[in-house]
Amino acid sequence: MSETFSGSRGLTLEQPLLFEQDSPGLTAVDLPEPAAFEDRLGGLARTTPPGLPGLSEPQVVRHYTRLSQKNFGIDSVFYPLGSCTMKHNPRLNERMARLPGFGDIHPFQPESTVQGALELIDTCAHWLKTLTGLPAIAMSPAAGAHGELCGLMAIRAALEDRGQPRKRVLVPESAHGTNPASAAACGYEVEAIPANARGRVDLGALKDRLDGEVAAFMLTNPNTCGLFEDEILDIAQAVHEAGAFFYCDGANFNAIVGRVRVADLGIDAMHINLHKTFSTPHGGGGPGAGPTVLSAELAPFAPLPMVVERNGRFHLIEHAAEAGDAKPFGRLKGYHGQFGVMVRALAYMMSMGSDGLRQASADAVLNANYLMARLKDVLTPSFEGPCMHEALFDDRFLKDTGVTTLDFAKALIDEGFHPMTMYFPLVVHGALLIEPTETESRQTLDQFIGSVRGLAAQAKAGAAESFKAAPRFTPRRRLDETTAARSPVLRWAAE
Amino acid sequence: MSEMRYTKDHEWLRVEGQTATVGITDYAQTQLGDVVYVELPEPGVILAKGGEAAVVESVKAASEVYSPASGEVTQANQALVERPGAINTDATGEGWFYKIRLTEPAQVAELMDQATYDAYLAELG
Repeated sequence: MSETFSGSRGLTLEQPLLFEQDSPGLTAVDLPEPAAFEDRLGGLARTTPPGLPGLSEPQVVRHYTRLSQKNFGIDSVFYPLGSCTMKHNPRLNERMARLPGFGDIHPFQPESTVQGALELIDTCAHWLKTLTGLPAIAMSPAAGAHGELCGLMAIRAALEDRGQPRKRVLVPESAHGTNPASAAACGYEVEAIPANARGRVDLGALKDRLDGEVAAFMLTNPNTCGLFEDEILDIAQAVHEAGAFFYCDGANFNAIVGRVRVADLGIDAMHINLHKTFSTPHGGGGPGAGPTVLSAELAPFAPLPMVVERNGRFHLIEHAAEAGDAKPFGRLKGYHGQFGVMVRALAYMMSMGSDGLRQASADAVLNANYLMARLKDVLTPSFEGPCMHEALFDDRFLKDTGVTTLDFAKALIDEGFHPMTMYFPLVVHGALLIEPTETESRQTLDQFIGSVRGLAAQAKAGAAESFKAAPRFTPRRRLDETTAARSPVLRWAAE
Repeated sequence: MSEMRYTKDHEWLRVEGQTATVGITDYAQTQLGDVVYVELPEPGVILAKGGEAAVVESVKAASEVYSPASGEVTQANQALVERPGAINTDATGEGWFYKIRLTEPAQVAELMDQATYDAYLAELG
């Protein structure tokens, strides 16, 4: 039901699959017939053609160029997905990562030829330790969840070394799914701790569950509701009194970096998602990296490899026998960690400076609170008071309108914004989690606020049908997510 | 039909002699939205009351299903794996998850009856 004969809308072009553009026999290059040769495949040569489409070069170039133009991301639009933190990847980082001394080296090169790279790992480690106040760090974890596993394995090794192996790990209800998954992968039973009416950990419930079998309590601070866990010192005390370790999920470290040293909060271990706090690429643009800082008590159990400096030379410790009195729990990853990501993170730290890092965390929190202040009369904030780096609303403002959180998000696409995170965290109903990040201008935020306020008014005025029809201005309208999940078609097949 | 019993987490349990059938309530399926995937316990697995028994995933979220009572799984609803939409269309019928042989039948009395569950739902708004 296209409005045009071609299916295109102006310069928004309808783009069929390459296979659907097949002109059998057409090729982009004219190759000479090969000279006579003797088949050495022993009868294994394929007997049917490979089924590739016949295409000209301009067709292929246009196809991929058009697809790239449909990409909707941080380089083209405001992208307020919550529970993601910073999204901007400074171009300077990319330039640094491509310097030949960083980009063209191999992990098997002799130490003497990669002194600069080892110094970079050591310097990046130094600043991460300085910013958290914890004395040791494992640089090799390849992502946040891998860092969680690293911290828990160090905790398990420390408890076993004490002769007190324990069974359980406690995790708040609002935690990311990776927390219980990492604890289970580490062999622990997981128990959920409920939140209180203020959206923070219920301290009483936590104390009730802390006993001699609890190995660790895992907490994200600020938490997934975008709130600072203001009873964290009491939490740390209770956890330590029970002989357990206090693990912090550093996913939201960007909100407090340069302002709070996590060591001062009583934390024993924390991973740092470099893509969430130090501007390295997320997801498909990754890879990720999750360096994990450790307290003095956990430091001896840190995994291999590690970089050490002796007499101005840098060395990689790759075997427990070279590690002195330390008792490394093993190795988490091949080679030495996501080196290219460390280059980007250090480039960011050095270009920002300590004042810049403090400014970025302040701006992230200020932008979220600006949205909260300008939207709280039309949306329904889930918890009272100011937030940290993201603003959480629930769907009470949509009650009796016939519009759901999903419909509201789809309508935002028509407004030219990537929607916020929906239906997470699970602790509030129909969640809308908005995270503007430190990079957005007042103008962008005001434009977004204008759209959200307008849509909220429309929903309350009884425009449910127009919401159900959204998005209207996209290349494809509302997708059938249920059928896509139940019966996914994952590859093209000739009819 | 035997009496239905309910948990605060919106699982239902229907006792039939020594065994009971377990599923999630109509309220639960409404909250989840279209269910796209379900993971059921294997027959022979021993479940403790309140322990994780199954996983249900909708277009919105993934959630655990907790066993309303202790016992040994005797049968899982394999048809549900192929057609998880039955949870949305018939939560208390075709959408059943698994059957267990109750090891502590007294636990059933601790669960909510229909009237108590209805009042509980009214409270949730």
